[in-house]
Order: sequence, then C-alpha cells, then structure tokens
Amino acid sequence: MRVTAIAAGVALAISLSACGGSSGDGDSDGGGENSTPEFNAGVNKVYNPSDTKGGTLKMANDADFDSLDPGDTYYGYSWNFIRNYTRSLVTFKSAPGEKSNELVPDLAESLGEASPDAKTWTYKLREGIKYEDGTPVKSEDVKYAVARSLDKDILVNGPTYFNDFLDLKGYAGPYKDKDPTMKNFKAIETPDDRTIIFHLIKPFSGFDYLAMLPATAPVPAAKDTGTKYKEHVLSTGPYMFASNELEKRFTLTRNKYYDPKTDPDTGRKALPDEITVDLNVNQEDIDQRLQAGDLDVAISGLGVLAETRATILQDPDQKKFSDTADQARLWFTSFDNSVKPFDNIHCRKAVMYATDHEGYLRAYGGSSGGKIATNLMPPLIPGYKKIDLYEFESKPNGDIDKAKDELKQCGQPDGFTTNISYRAERAAEKATAETLQQSLDKVGIKTELKAYPQDDYGKIYAGNVAFSTKNQLGLRVYGWGADWNDGFGFLSQIVDSRVIRPAGNTNFNVKDPEIDALLDKALSTLDTKEREGLWADIDQKVMEGAYYLPGVDAKQLLYRPERLTNVFITNAYNMYDYTTLGVQK
Amino acid sequence: MIVYIIRRLIAAVLLLFVVTAVVFVIFFEVPRLGGQTADDLASRYVGKTAGPEQTHLAAERLGFTDPLYEQYGRFVKGLVAGADYDTGTSVEHCPAPCLGYSFKTQNAVLPDLLDRLPVTLSLAAGAAVLWLLGGVATGVLSALKRGSVFDRGAMGIALAGVSLPIFFTGLLALSIFSYNLKWTPPGGTNPLDQDNPWDWAASLILPWITLAFLYAAQYARLTRAGMLETMQEDFIRTARAKGLRERSVVIKHGLRSALTPILTIFGLDLGLLLGGAILTETTFSLPGIGQYAVIALRNQDLPKVLGVTLIGAVFIILANLIVDLLYAVVDPRVRTS
Repeated sequence: MRVTAIAAGVALAISLSACGGSSGDGDSDGGGENSTPEFNAGVNKVYNPSDTKGGTLKMANDADFDSLDPGDTYYGYSWNFIRNYTRSLVTFKSAPGEKSNELVPDLAESLGEASPDAKTWTYKLREGIKYEDGTPVKSEDVKYAVARSLDKDILVNGPTYFNDFLDLKGYAGPYKDKDPTMKNFKAIETPDDRTIIFHLIKPFSGFDYLAMLPATAPVPAAKDTGTKYKEHVLSTGPYMFASNELEKRFTLTRNKYYDPKTDPDTGRKALPDEITVDLNVNQEDIDQRLQAGDLDVAISGLGVLAETRATILQDPDQKKFSDTADQARLWFTSFDNSVKPFDNIHCRKAVMYATDHEGYLRAYGGSSGGKIATNLMPPLIPGYKKIDLYEFESKPNGDIDKAKDELKQCGQPDGFTTNISYRAERAAEKATAETLQQSLDKVGIKTELKAYPQDDYGKIYAGNVAFSTKNQLGLRVYGWGADWNDGFGFLSQIVDSRVIRPAGNTNFNVKDPEIDALLDKALSTLDTKEREGLWADIDQKVMEGAYYLPGVDAKQLLYRPERLTNVFITNAYNMYDYTTLGVQK
Repeated sequence: MIVYIIRRLIAAVLLLFVVTAVVFVIFFEVPRLGGQTADDLASRYVGKTAGPEQTHLAAERLGFTDPLYEQYGRFVKGLVAGADYDTGTSVEHCPAPCLGYSFKTQNAVLPDLLDRLPVTLSLAAGAAVLWLLGGVATGVLSALKRGSVFDRGAMGIALAGVSLPIFFTGLLALSIFSYNLKWTPPGGTNPLDQDNPWDWAASLILPWITLAFLYAAQYARLTRAGMLETMQEDFIRTARAKGLRERSVVIKHGLRSALTPILTIFGLDLGLLLGGAILTETTFSLPGIGQYAVIALRNQDLPKVLGVTLIGAVFIILANLIVDLLYAVVDPRVRTS
C-alpha cells in the first residue's frame, strides 16, 4: 500500500513537471523570451516572462548573509538581493546575459559626470524618492551612508574601495568623528539636497562601479543604529522588512513609498507581494525542496550540490528546469615565489606544462563544473582575450617534454620537492591537489599535500606571508571571483603588488612594476575600449610571468522551479536576477 | 532527602564552573599553544580586508590580549553580575547570568539560546516519549519471545536503526513524506510558528520519528538484554512460584529491575539532546540549540560556542540529578540504602 502511494506521488511529481511552465503575459527586457521548459532556458533570455503581481517568493540560504546592512556586506548574492530593499546611486541593469553588465542610474538621474582627470565625480539624485517612512531621500544621507561604511572596526564586512579611493584626509567615519555636521569629511560634498560630489585621491575611470556598491544606498544619520542597523534597514527599494529573526529568517513586504516612476532604468519588476528568506537551511534539503517545487530560489546562487547536479543532468525531466551559469570566477593555483625554486620562472613554467588540465577540470565536476582556463581573466569580464601561452587546450593532459626542458633551464633537471596547500573543507580543492601531485610526479616534482581550515586559510595559513614561507607552501590551490565584471574588479586584488599585506592575501606572488604601471594607466583611462585593452595586456603579462596556474573557469548549475516567472541569469552576479522574479500563484 | 538534593545541587554548580574553565581553556588557550596569537583569534571578528593594525585593535577591544585568567574572570563575573559590551557604536548591557556576547551577530548569547530552547524541547520531548515507549516495549516483547520471528525482525530493525545515520534517514523521510507524498511540512518548518497543536505536531513528526528510530533501537537492544538477564533471576522464579500472574511478574518485577540502567542512559541521552540535537536539527533545518551550535562552530564564534557548551552541561547535570532521584522511585533498594 505504502509503495503504491509513494509511486503515485513520484508519478504525480513527474507529470506535474512535464506540464512545463505557463505562457507569459508580459514583456521582458531581455534578448528573447521563452516559456518552454528546457535546459538553459534562463541563459541569455527570459524564461516564463510575466508582469503578474502577487504571491510569495520563497528563498532559502544554507548559511547566513554576512550582513543585511548595505554598508557592511561583501557577498555577491547579497549585492544582488539587496536591490529589493535599497537603491544605490547606480546599479547593474536587470536584463539577461551580457546586457546585465551595463551600469544604469538608480538613485541618481544619470551615471556619474567625471572631471577630465577622473578624480571628481558628480551625481544628482532623482526627485521623489522616499524612505519607507515617507521621508524624502537627501544627498546628505548618501554622504552619511558612505561615511559610516568607511569604519571597518564597526562595519567589518564590506569592501574598502571608498577607503582606498576617497580623499579622506584622515577622516575615519562618523562613529569616531562624532561631529554631526561631518565637516571633517571633505571627500564628499553635498551642495544641495540632490547633488553629491565625490573627490578621489587618485584617478579612477571606473568610479561608476563604486557608485554601484550597496554602501551608496542612503542612510539617514538619525536612523543609524550602528551595528544593529542590519536588523531593520530603512528601505528605499520596492520592499521593506516586515520581520527579521536573526540567523533564522526574514520577510520583506511591499514598501508603499516606492514609486516605480522614479525607477525607469533598472528593470526592477517587484512582482511578488512578499519575499521570505529562510536562513541556515540544510543544503541537501534546499536541493530537494527546489526539485519538489516547495522552494523557489537557493539564494546563495552557488548552484546545487555536486550529487544533485549529477542527478539533474541525467534526468531529462529535471534537466529542463536547470541552467548553467558561467561565473566570473577562476579556480587556480598560485605560486609562492619566495619558496625556492619557484623564484625561478622556469620552475614555475615546468609546473604549467606538467599539469593535467583535464584532471584539474574533473576535480570541479568536469564540463558541468566549468571549462579549462588558459589565462587569468574569465571570459565574462569585458575585454577578455583568450591567451594560451602554454598550450593548455591543445595539450589538455600536459606536455611532459616541455616541462622537463623547463626543469633543465631552472637548474633542477631531476625535479624538486615542494608543498601544495588547499582548503580542507573543499572536496574539489583536495581533488585538485591530488591531481597536481600525480601529474607533477611524472616530471620528478615531489609534493606533499597540506590541508588548512577554510575560514583561516587566507588570514592565518596559506595567505599569511610568514606562515607560507616558513611552511614552504610552494603551490596554493585557491579561487577568485570578480567583485564586479570589470578588469579592475577582477584583477586588482590578485596582480597588484601594492595590495600585498602580511596576512589575508590572495596575491603575494605578482610583484611586477610593469603590471602595477599598467593598472594605474587603466585607472586613469576614461575610454572604455582602451581600458579593456589594458586589462587584457595585464593578463598577458601575468601569464608570461607564469605567476598563476589557471585551472577552471567556473560554472554552476542552478535549478529553476516550475512556478518561477521572469527567470534569467544576470552576468553581473552570475546567478538569477533577484529583482525581477515572480511566482505563479 | 532534601540534604541530598542540596548537596547534589552544590556539586552541580561546582561542576559547571569546572566545565566553563575547561571549555575556556580549550577555545582560548589551546589555539595559542598551537601557535595562534591573540591577533589570529581576533581575525575571526574583523572583515577580510582588515590589516594587522586593525586586527590588533580588535584583539585588544575583545580582550584577547589579556591573560587567560583575566578573560575567564570576566566571563565568570558576567555570569554572576552581568557585563557591559562596547560594540563601537553603543554599550550593550548583558544582564546576569550573562553567557557572553557575540561580536559577530552583535547580541547576547543567552537570549538567543532561550529563544531557541522551545524548538529543542519540542523535538527532544516528543522523540523521547516515542523512543522510550517504542524501545522498551519492543525490548520486553523480544525478550519474552526470544528466538521468535518477532524477536529476530525487531532486532534486525534495531540494528538498522543504530547503524543508519540521521542525515540519511532524515533526508529520505523528507524526500518521501514531505516532497513526494506531501503528507508532512517541508524541512525548515518552525514548529513554534504553527497556529495549533496539530500543526505543531505535524511539523515535528518526521524529526521525532527519525530521532526516536535511532534511540529506540538502542533502548530495545538494552531492554531485551536486561530483561533476558532479569527473567533468569531467582526472585522471578520465586514470584512465579508464589502464583503471581505472568503480567505482574514481567512488569512489576522483571521490567522494574531491568529499567534501572535504562533510566541512567535515558537521563544522559535526554540531557544531551536538550543541549542540542545537532544532526536532527541540521538535517531538518530546525532553529533549535543544535543548529545554533553548528552555526557558532562554523563561524568560530567563541562566545556562542561557550554558551552552547555551558547550557548543554546544565541540561546533562540536571537530567542526571533527576535520574538519581528517580532511582529511589524505581528501585526500592536505593531508597533503603
């Protein structure tokens, strides 16, 4: 009896899945529409377009946000989601595929106006934008929001771009400098209620990307509760907090003071009446609930688990509800050049040639986990140019002869010994370390594998200069994703020698004055095409120097439950766009 | 009896202080012995972009640079008299008994634990009833019908129950009953958010059964072994010779005697569960103390880890105290001694 009931349930589930998505009834902003459930129906086009409002969008997260405070968050999915309850000066357009890389004005009337030297940027706020309590947004609120985000003792999670680029003259934020007029904060001027002027310490041609950061979402000084502000952020977006149970769940409901007429450029749809987000949910259960249609979105955007991925891809009835999202993320192995003999470029090149690149890809799940990377910048970054100096594509299992030749030039014809570090909790990185060990062994490079806890990997272990040198961590398995899809967003933290610090490093191997000079040149180049060419030049230099062993350009498999409408992958965040989703009731 | 209880309570309080001291040493001193500095400890409380100076300032603000005895002294003082914590933008008062303050989530630990306790209590109490009734009844019947099909079948299932991990049986149960048959609510349903007792029970029935399956299996095997041994005793033969009904012999004499070791284990198990049913709460995404412990460990949030450990110790000590008192009820020999 029970077996029959289970079989009936399974059959019902399958038959429901086979019904497919309903037809849409509205327009989309994308480069195409599609209401037929099929594999990758949400890639580069809108799946199930609709303008129908109502219902509850159910989201879940296997962990927690770093913070819901716009001035204190650094997670990609958080930047994607936060646009539902905040509006920054500028944002990425909500549109499928490459169109999502376009920056459009949000709180501001237009993109920033730069001075000729790219050191002064001016924005003007739109008229009529209000907080959830009905009070109008003023330029001084944006100034205050940026000012509070500078204090990394208090709001510890966000990026430090404003600290790095604004001409602060020692100003440390309103929690330390308690003058309510902020007269010591001269890096931002607000001559009237709608104008805001940023003064930079050095040129930054891509400042609109900083104006996109959630930290530019306005915060009225009188409503700031410091570290507690995350418990109820004052909304300027289409939704506001109805409830927030820390580490458990929160619910967003409509903000009646959000006026879509003030939001003509971003592509926000604001379809559901309510958005619920469950936190710290078991990832296996999230995958099951997505497939059962009980949950709409896994908010982390990291895709389903490896075992779920295999099940989905083998079952056509499941596969048609999934999308592969290319990521602006590279899985790589970096050299510590202070560990001998990696101070010699030929020994680094020997590793480049000896590596089994297919093995590297297999460690990340094969073709569903990405593709073999030949250079540093992922293809999603504008200006990407394919560079394959070491013939990874034509010799995917490595080139033993060339590796041995490089070893001779390095003065180590019989090979050498070194250590490979990886993050202990990451199965793919362990598999990577193992495949490297096997392929390097073929040319006489003997390696020992060293696992370290991921939470402290950068700060205490492999990213700590003293620890790495002392423990002779010649090779470090790791990964890096762009803060935003732009050469600076991807490259600055991993190739600029001036970002190297005692601990917490991603880069401590690239110390090339030419590369630093190219980075500076790009920052002062206002012409987009010319600037993108410079990013490619930097990539070329990095590969010529054999500073990094590129591994895999990452992909994720996202599941798109049947009742979701307006679904598409935004390249800006490499996951579904969270401001356009709707649900069938 | 009252003197005995008071003596046990004093011992329990002393034991709790020993537990806090040991946990404190494990989480705050052992990492130092392993080469980590105060700044390394503080690095978990600063952002990933923090420089060494900023990290050192955080270490000083959090008190990690102070000698261990001072840090422990502050913790104990907080337990007894409460404490104030400077968040940088305000001073938060944590009233006694203050189990610490999380600088990651910016709130005191005890209110968090008390907020989550009803979920854990709901889970542990329901599961305990199920496993105690199911396990003991199965064990008794198996012992009485030794070698029968029932005995072999029950012990086979018990073996499976002991062997199968909760993250397997739990996910399987969710897959079948929640997502395919739709008989029960999905994972992550908070029992305390339900409108009526029926929905509350429905949201917990799968976690109860899954958890009880594991424990019932152990209890069935223990009860069976105890009953087999007891039923061979002379006093059982005497009871039968006196002409007592078999039902009385089994329940009043056999089971009562075999229950004593079961009760001991039950106290420990229940106390342990009240301190957080980690696997069950994680598998079913229940926002109880067990899930809190996992989050605290994952984030290396030491005050929370300390708080969870302490509350777990409180429950284990209390449960053992109650069990000791119950001995006197179950076993008259304890009373007389």
